[in-house]
Amino acid sequence: MSAVASDGAPRPGEIEEFERVAAERVAGVRDLGTLEAAVPELTGRRSPIAGWKRSLGGLAPEQRREVGRVLNDALVRIETLVEQRREVLARADREARLAADRLDLTEVPPAPGSGHLHLVTQVREELEDIFVGMGYEIADGPEAETEWYNFTALNVPRDHPARSMQDSFYLATGDHESFLLRTQTSPGQIRLLERGELPLYAVVPGRVYRRDTADARHLPVFHQIEGIVVDRGVTFGDLAGTIETFVREIFGEGVATRLRPAYFPFTEPSAEFEITCTICGGSGCKTCSQTGWIELGGCGMIHPAVFEATGVDPEIWTGFAFGFGIDRIAMMRHEIGDLRSFIENDVRFLTQF
Amino acid sequence: MRVPLSWLREFTPLPTDARDREAVRRLGRVLDSLGLVVEGIEHVGGGLEDVVLARVLDIRPIEGADRIREVLVDAGGPEPLTIVCGAMNFVTGDVVPLAKVGAELPGGFVIGRRKMRGIVSDGMLCSGPELGIGQDAAGLMLVASTGSPDAPLPAGLELGAPLADYLGIEPDAVFDLAVEPNRPDGLSIIGVARDLAARLGLPFEVSVPSPVTSGPPASELASLELQAPDACRHMLARVVSGVANGVSPPLVARRLLLAGMRPLGAVVDASNYVMLELGQPNHPYDLDTLGGHGLSVRFARPGERLVTLDGTERLLGRHVDALGGVLEVEDLLICDAKDTAVGLAGIMGGAATEIGESTSRVLLEVAEFAPLVVGRTAKRQGVRSEASARFERGIDPAGLERAADRFCELLAAAAAYAGAAAPVVAPGDLDEHPRPSETRRVRLRLARANALLGTALSVSRVQQLLTPIGFGVDPANTGETAPDGASTPGETTGEAALDTTVLEVTVPSFRPDVQREVDVVEEIARHHGYERITPTRRRSPNVGNLGARNVTRRRLRRLMTGLGAHEAWTSSIVDPSLHVRAGSHAGVVELANPMVQEESVLRSHLLLGLLGSLRHNVSHRNPAVRLFELGRVFSPSAAGEGLPVEHEHLGLLLGGDGDDASAAVRAWRVLVDGLGLDAAALQLEQGPSLGPDVGALAIGVHPSRRGLVLDAATKLQPVAVIGEVDPEVLDSFGLSRDRRVGWMVVDLEQLETLPTRSDLARPVSRFPSSDIDLAFLLGEETPAGDLEEVLRESAGELCESVRLLDAYRGPGVPEGARSLAYRVRFCALDRTLTDVEVAELRARCIAEVESKLPATLRR
Ligand SMILES: [Zn+2]
Repeated sequence: MSAVASDGAPRPGEIEEFERVAAERVAGVRDLGTLEAAVPELTGRRSPIAGWKRSLGGLAPEQRREVGRVLNDALVRIETLVEQRREVLARADREARLAADRLDLTEVPPAPGSGHLHLVTQVREELEDIFVGMGYEIADGPEAETEWYNFTALNVPRDHPARSMQDSFYLATGDHESFLLRTQTSPGQIRLLERGELPLYAVVPGRVYRRDTADARHLPVFHQIEGIVVDRGVTFGDLAGTIETFVREIFGEGVATRLRPAYFPFTEPSAEFEITCTICGGSGCKTCSQTGWIELGGCGMIHPAVFEATGVDPEIWTGFAFGFGIDRIAMMRHEIGDLRSFIENDVRFLTQF
Repeated sequence: MRVPLSWLREFTPLPTDARDREAVRRLGRVLDSLGLVVEGIEHVGGGLEDVVLARVLDIRPIEGADRIREVLVDAGGPEPLTIVCGAMNFVTGDVVPLAKVGAELPGGFVIGRRKMRGIVSDGMLCSGPELGIGQDAAGLMLVASTGSPDAPLPAGLELGAPLADYLGIEPDAVFDLAVEPNRPDGLSIIGVARDLAARLGLPFEVSVPSPVTSGPPASELASLELQAPDACRHMLARVVSGVANGVSPPLVARRLLLAGMRPLGAVVDASNYVMLELGQPNHPYDLDTLGGHGLSVRFARPGERLVTLDGTERLLGRHVDALGGVLEVEDLLICDAKDTAVGLAGIMGGAATEIGESTSRVLLEVAEFAPLVVGRTAKRQGVRSEASARFERGIDPAGLERAADRFCELLAAAAAYAGAAAPVVAPGDLDEHPRPSETRRVRLRLARANALLGTALSVSRVQQLLTPIGFGVDPANTGETAPDGASTPGETTGEAALDTTVLEVTVPSFRPDVQREVDVVEEIARHHGYERITPTRRRSPNVGNLGARNVTRRRLRRLMTGLGAHEAWTSSIVDPSLHVRAGSHAGVVELANPMVQEESVLRSHLLLGLLGSLRHNVSHRNPAVRLFELGRVFSPSAAGEGLPVEHEHLGLLLGGDGDDASAAVRAWRVLVDGLGLDAAALQLEQGPSLGPDVGALAIGVHPSRRGLVLDAATKLQPVAVIGEVDPEVLDSFGLSRDRRVGWMVVDLEQLETLPTRSDLARPVSRFPSSDIDLAFLLGEETPAGDLEEVLRESAGELCESVRLLDAYRGPGVPEGARSLAYRVRFCALDRTLTDVEVAELRARCIAEVESKLPATLRR
């Protein structure tokens, strides 16, 4: 920086010269630190302009005003240059830091994600919610049952084939024909009726067992949901309407229901209920054997013998029951070809749903 | 039950054309809606338009070919036709079916003019199966044998005429029906026809003429004795002499085939035909091979044996059950008059008295056996014959004589077809009827029927529905009203309840299943049509309720998936060796009748299935998996008999990268936090100090890497076991013992008893908090949890949190100890704590820890 005149006042041309040098210096600064370090010499107390300002007192008032104005203008111009340079350097500095910070988000390696609920659980919970919405309670029952609950109280005749060692898993405790793994969720009906709290609107979802060899369409262990309604004046029409309602909740509008006579020992009149084939929409395909209908479950008016066995007066109370497979609904909805996928627990399967 | 449409038409004039597939499908839907479920429809007998009758004129060998021959036939045309044929079962003069060039056979096969070994074949001579009308594929279908090419033809047989016309075969449709157990009548052609006729408003009639009888009375030719009147309620034996046991007329043979039975000769065919048509099983015996020319019926003596028609020797009167127990049982036998067993009643005849070609005198047995007697023997013997299936459901007790008459009618027709003399029916059947069945009457309250169905059916409508299916609704009784109170379904709703009409309904003999009012109501509904009952919306008066256990299950499942675990479900029936492999020697619940040994006991623990699932994933190159399962486990009841004890467990198998017992501890903490449990009241206790037995819950757990949570109240019941899977157990399940797999198992019932933390709001301080960091040297034998507990207690009410920062082992720390660094945070609600206060708290914490535990502050 050029020297200051002995009397302190700027010599002619000296201010312009300083301004030129200062401008060059600001333009040459490459980083913010150097710029800030130079600021006192350019516009601060150590700058010549500060010195010249201090010398103004020795000048005549007229001249003082004039020189002061010139000095101030020069100072403002230099400050503006510094400020502009600061902005440029700050931007460059931020850009350099951001560039160094760069992260390729497509480069992130996979990490374990959320777990998945089993498909059967998802369907089961959905069914539970539908029935809770319809004012039903969700009940439980044991999986190991007595013959009384699984058959006798359900009016299943002593010599009915379902009771045979061929079709049911009996337990090797006590008399081996008195305890078995429940073959249906229907014993839940008996336990609820025995509880004696009427009117009753309930479903019993759960695991059931049949003496089948596992293949693509059968598992010896599977899941069912059983519904029971007992109230005054319950009719077969109510049964048909209830089935229509929950089928629509499960499969959506446009899926029709029909009842067809069938036989179950614990209901009468009994019916199988069928829904419009979900694959072809009712026009007929291989899945529905060209009928346009798919069998979903069994239902019927509770047999008076069941009421009699559980101490409910069938002259006062009437009711209906229905049951269907949970796994089967999952299978239909998701077009699962082999039921055994459900018990393999292959993560490649589980994480699909 | 396979039901040909043409057979139904014998009894009711169904307008359905068998060639109109859509019409046949529509009829199938009617059957469906009657509860006679159509499992399949088969169209048969079409494609025979270009199959004609041809007589074999000459048969010549073809040089260089020993499997085919050149056959010259007369098919009614001016010139004989040359056919190349591979069958060997015919001679010149035989009349056989010829499919002419261009004919399309039932299977869709089109006959072309083919050249074989230089000889052009003008068509094909056909076997029965090729035409869809016979089962014997051994050679050509032999329509007639005339002896020589010049012999006169049988009456009505014209060469070149369509085979179908000559045989009386028309295109037919066969319904394959699944008949429910409560429809014994559905196992007969007439039963199906009756149901259809009723639904379609068509007439229905079964008329069987009684045979003309002659010669000596049956009682002089044969004898009959019943010794078990409750098992054999009625038996009728008829003697027919002069029987020619040739082939059945084509119509009979064809219907049997369509119904799924093989024609076996006129006598047996007539018997089977009667069974299928009328639903009445019956058995013809060769009277001349029947010892003492008579039958007797008795229970088998224990250990008695009989070889049945299928060649099986059967042990009777005694039964060895699945567990080796020997029981004396009642097996009903048909014996000859010399007490030699000749048949298993209602199930299968014996081999010795089988009808043969030389049979000329037949004793026909038509009986009513008790359903349970037949059913039980059939079940024990593992046979289910056409006869036993019908007896088990109950036959029409009023139809025995009609069945015998129909049998005679068919035998007479067979004789006429064969050109033989008519058989002679002996007058006076042998008839033992110790238990005549009574006509059943059921009271039907019209109001009850309407209340159950949600209908408003009138008396006349009910009559209109029930009468065509054989029920009597006596008009004299329709006006009867119930005496006061006797039948008032006072609680049933609607106007129908006001109707006190009671109908007396007579149940037809062929519906033994109809026993009570509701059975009649079902028949009304069935014939009214389920589809005509209007669906109504019934609203539950209750509030829907998921139930506490389901709420717990749902919260647990979501906490587990939040931990990245996938839900598995594994079979509850497992290999008994799995329990041993998992280190459990406690009793398990065994199945009495497993399918295979590998699936013969109930699981007592979820670990078994989850380890299997982990191994499945490892073997498919997905080793890093977290799985959980919520399900029941079983153990024998304390007394060793009665129902097993069921517990519901949550099992979490932590097989992710870097997972170990710590991951299980963290999972438990997430569970405690997520369920809102009171963490302070639930101490995780380090395993080894608890001794080897921490209950069944601890199966398969690493002995030095396990912790236990006991119930808060008694400190006796295990709630959860947390830790790692024992490396030996991993190894025995085919997993590497070098990897660590975290494991947590929780008993849901116990979990629900645990104290929850207060849900009242606690204020949060606005003042700055102060931390003190303290590191203690603590021997390995003392659990860190104890130190943390002492710190928490001594820190007092101002303590906001105690956190383990670091556990350090290594230089500067004595062998057998570690340095545990904790950060204790203090905070007051009403002020900033002064340095002096914090220093006092610090000193107190150090003093308490050092005095209560073998721990020293690390400086
Ligand atoms: Zn379809």
